[in-house]
Amino acid sequence: MRINRKRYLTQNVAKILIWMAALSTMGVMALIILQVLSEGIPVFSPRFFLDSPRSMGREGGIFSTIIGTIALTVVAIVVATPLGVGTAIFLGEYTREGRISRVIRFGIGCLAGVPSIIFGLFGFVFFVIYLNMGWSILSGGLALAAMILPTIICTAEEALKAIPYSFREVSYSLGGTKWETVTRAILPNAIPGIFTGIILGVCRSIEETAVVILTAGSSLIIPTSLFAPVRTMSVHFYILAREGISMEMAYGTGAALILLVLFVNIVANWRLNRYIRKRA
Amino acid sequence: MSLRNKVSIKEFSFYYGSVPALKRINLEIRANEIFAIFGPARSGKTTLLKSLNRLTDLVYGARHTGTILLDEKDIYDPKLSLTQLRRRVGIVFDLPIALPMSIYENVAYGPRLNGITRKKQLDETVGKALRSGALWEEVKDRLHTSALRLSGGQQQRLCIARILALEPEVLLLDEPCSGLDPISTASIEETLTRLKKDYTIVLVPHNIQQASRVADRAGFFLNGELIEEGTAYQIFTGPKEKQTEDYVTGRFG
Repeated sequence: MRINRKRYLTQNVAKILIWMAALSTMGVMALIILQVLSEGIPVFSPRFFLDSPRSMGREGGIFSTIIGTIALTVVAIVVATPLGVGTAIFLGEYTREGRISRVIRFGIGCLAGVPSIIFGLFGFVFFVIYLNMGWSILSGGLALAAMILPTIICTAEEALKAIPYSFREVSYSLGGTKWETVTRAILPNAIPGIFTGIILGVCRSIEETAVVILTAGSSLIIPTSLFAPVRTMSVHFYILAREGISMEMAYGTGAALILLVLFVNIVANWRLNRYIRKRA
Repeated sequence: MSLRNKVSIKEFSFYYGSVPALKRINLEIRANEIFAIFGPARSGKTTLLKSLNRLTDLVYGARHTGTILLDEKDIYDPKLSLTQLRRRVGIVFDLPIALPMSIYENVAYGPRLNGITRKKQLDETVGKALRSGALWEEVKDRLHTSALRLSGGQQQRLCIARILALEPEVLLLDEPCSGLDPISTASIEETLTRLKKDYTIVLVPHNIQQASRVADRAGFFLNGELIEEGTAYQIFTGPKEKQTEDYVTGRFG
């Protein structure tokens, strides 16, 4: 009887603690989002999204920073996806566990642990100065690509690992070469997992500030080439808030940033579910 | 049944690392016969089957001695095209493994790899293969739905059709009925007996009864050794070796 009461008590205490952990996580998240949105959304108007900033961002909108954010993210993803997925395929399909794969994995692990400001510094020294690309979409995109590479490699590798060995055996037994097996039997089934990694990369690129401020500059002009400098939404937010230019506009930018990330995730999920449903 | 040898296995041994899985096997398989390889678990049946189209190459650290001839040609000849060998010697595994794509795409997978891309020709090949695999009637109205929605028995016949689409010469079947109900099993056995006319079939049967129902000749394997071979009638009614008799009569296994 006594033991039973103790077990009952433990059970309930555990339940309460675990609920509290989950709720407080959700609470903090909701608090941040609600605060930014409630301060930011009142600034929203069609002009806010369609005009470029005027007088340092005190007036006007955020159009050029939206363009900057999208341009940098596209460059980063276009560069990092083939490299990352290619590396994952190499590690998973083309090489056995050995010295080479260990060195690559060690490298990926190190890259993943490097703080983003270091990627910014590297991008500044290597792309901006040494390769003479200047503060530009290209420099920023390449530095972001380096930053999101480990994420894409790791998720892609996990996705490939999850494909049953038997699929490979079937493909080989039907006369497939390694390349045909990878492209026809393995990759199409690993796409949902790989896609998840890419979306993580997209979101990190959209939100990143430290890397971008050192590599893409902070120009408020709408870019016309890959070599033009840009300011992203997160950098804009940082400068507006830090220099005390306009808290109002800063919140507006922050709210737009949050909504953009939310939008990307929702669209990605929707596309992914459709892909999975179509194949099942 | 002709008396021409299709596959000749000569002094063939196979090792996973240092563990021997097959010990100096000598065996001739004739064209257009169903040859049953039977024996208890871990007797080397699957290894022998997978050696016949070199799927064992995928296993890291495996090696072999001796050789296997297909139509008098060494299949381990380095000049031989591996993809070509696997097209000529098709395999069906013990579990039906349908790739997660449509029924049509599953069957078209092999022909596509072999360069058949014209839709009309592909349609014909797929239709013919599904008819030979005795699946056509059940799936002809839903060729483009996912193969994963088929039942186990249907999936296994799909796997057979997928191999037949390549028009191989030798058909290897590793317990193709292991997960199936008696009706699906009967349907597959019937298919095999019909296919014998055009193919040489090497079958690891699901049980002794199945071997005696469909096989022309049979070989009994134990611990990686070929204990005895002969016509199915002789092996199942009057085996020469004590071990074979014990196994066939159910004293062990």
